[in-house]
Amino acid sequence: MKDPANALALRRSARWERLGLLGLVAPALLLITLTMLLPVGWLFYLSVLSDAGDWSLEHYRRMWEQPSYGRTFLATFEVSALTTAICILLGYPLAYFLSEIPKRAANLCMIAVLLPLWTSLLVRTYAWLVLLQRRGLINSWGIELGLWDEPLALVHNLAGTLIGMVHVMLPFLVLPLYSAMRAIDRNYLRAAANLGASPLRSFWLVFFPLAMPGLATGALIVFILCLGFYVTPAVLGGGKVIMVSSRIASDIEIFFNWGAASALGVVLLALTAALIVAASRLVRIDGVVGRHEAP
Amino acid sequence: MPRNSSFPITIEQISKRYGRVFALDHVDLHIKSGEFLTLLGPSGSGKTTLLTVLAGFTRPDSGSLKFGDTEMVCVAPHKRDVGMVFQNYALFPHMSVGANVGFPLRLRGVSKREITDRSERALEMVRLGGYAARGVETLSGGQRQRVALARAMVFEPRIMLMDEPLSALDKQLREHMQIELRQLHDKLGMTTVYVTHDQREALTMSDRIAVINAGRIMQLDTPRAIYERPRNRFVAEFIGESSFLQVQVAGGRVRLGNQTLRTAGAAPSDGPMLLMLRPERLRVLGAQDAGQAQDATLNLLEATLVATVYQGDSSLMQLALPDGSTLSVRGLSGATAAATQALPGARLQLALKVEDTVLIAAEGAA
Repeated sequence: MKDPANALALRRSARWERLGLLGLVAPALLLITLTMLLPVGWLFYLSVLSDAGDWSLEHYRRMWEQPSYGRTFLATFEVSALTTAICILLGYPLAYFLSEIPKRAANLCMIAVLLPLWTSLLVRTYAWLVLLQRRGLINSWGIELGLWDEPLALVHNLAGTLIGMVHVMLPFLVLPLYSAMRAIDRNYLRAAANLGASPLRSFWLVFFPLAMPGLATGALIVFILCLGFYVTPAVLGGGKVIMVSSRIASDIEIFFNWGAASALGVVLLALTAALIVAASRLVRIDGVVGRHEAP
Repeated sequence: MPRNSSFPITIEQISKRYGRVFALDHVDLHIKSGEFLTLLGPSGSGKTTLLTVLAGFTRPDSGSLKFGDTEMVCVAPHKRDVGMVFQNYALFPHMSVGANVGFPLRLRGVSKREITDRSERALEMVRLGGYAARGVETLSGGQRQRVALARAMVFEPRIMLMDEPLSALDKQLREHMQIELRQLHDKLGMTTVYVTHDQREALTMSDRIAVINAGRIMQLDTPRAIYERPRNRFVAEFIGESSFLQVQVAGGRVRLGNQTLRTAGAAPSDGPMLLMLRPERLRVLGAQDAGQAQDATLNLLEATLVATVYQGDSSLMQLALPDGSTLSVRGLSGATAAATQALPGARLQLALKVEDTVLIAAEGAA
């Protein structure tokens, strides 16, 4: 049977168009395969080998049996949750403020919010150390001004870790939250007021739910980044805040036990993935694991 | 849901400035209880600003606003108890249709059961009974518009504000909704302030129209008076089509060139005036109309045909007077076939009824 006019050629041209699109993502796909999938696969492989090199679940068994591992995971989640909570408390009003002021001013303020991200993480962390230590700027000023008498323990503990981590993480919360808030049509709030909602109720019943996807996105990003955070807790925690990342580092640096370190990594990855799935079930999360609906 | 008590609205000397520009320039307006009043004007005229002053979203710089006898100008929006339909509906996207309509009742502490009942009844009024469980995003534009209307009236406000509620709908649906909105208003009887830039919509729906320009009310009148007796050039130009001819008034006589026009009513004071001509109120006289030349109810004009534009239901003729000024005449494309088939350059005689001979002040804003 003869082909209808040009049908074959048209089909071929459509196929080339699709291939062209695929070509655009190919470099990124290759990069992710090389730098993400292969190492993670290798990690997983190492974690199920015994020290002698046989197939074994001994690293996982040890994690299950030794309570110190459980404590480490608990501490990791605790620090991450606290950091996320403080970021929300600080970041929500900030994002709200930014979304209410004129766009030009908001963009300027946004640069200020993002400025910390332009500096090296290590530099920022040591800067906090300088500020927070016993004879640091904050303690010496506080004592000189008579605000407190003894140097406060602001660093080498949970407080120091949280201060440093919140500082690093805040932009990751504010950014998605701000853009979600900016996108809320202020007519919704006018409508709520017109229908009888006081400013407080219009916030809770209309603004807050509409900004929720942005908040959930920001909180999830912060929480996940915190789970794997190494530098700041290691420097500012002073050995008192043991997170999974520190444990992985010491397994490798001190004990040269790649298997144990890999098993820790795999468990952390699995927990994180489970968390994302659970969170995306509860609320709509913008852009991360998006279930995007047309507005 | 019908209620007898609705409020009159009294606006006195309301002003609002943005920088040096007056969005509202000492506006006075009294809206009667139960009236359907339309604020009509071009964009940027201040009509929406006036509406948001009524709703409480815009704080005027000065002036007084009363609902009934109560001063409202400083009252917060959520305590005003007025219904409002927004231009893009502003239905809450995170709530179902029923939750949207029930929202004002929920805020007023109405019991859950009663909320369901009353929301459903309000939805039935806008012919959307059974839609309560639907998501807002599943509705068409016209349906959203009705939900917004149901939400605005479910708490039985005595005043209803509408900000170009039909502007997002296509023409057919818009015309249908115009009639429906008007019927709903007649049934519920609440004082309604309606904002639009669409003159036909204003003429169709309103008891009275306030034509607004540059923050001032140019004319406040019934639709018929606005169209047939515009008080100034702005109103005459904004509503309907019109041509203007320079005339001189001297000693009670209105002179167009060297011709004296007959006018209805008292003669205006001396000076230059404008004669407003609506294209459809001019008639081209044919051979069979010879006897009408002496008719005392008509003014006759001589003009040269410049061009004819066929527009389907009618034809629009461009004509020039001997002094060079131009005017348009609209004729039904069938009925005046003879006239509309005249060739450019033909000399035609036009008849204008005395009551359609409308003089307005020569300078626009006066």
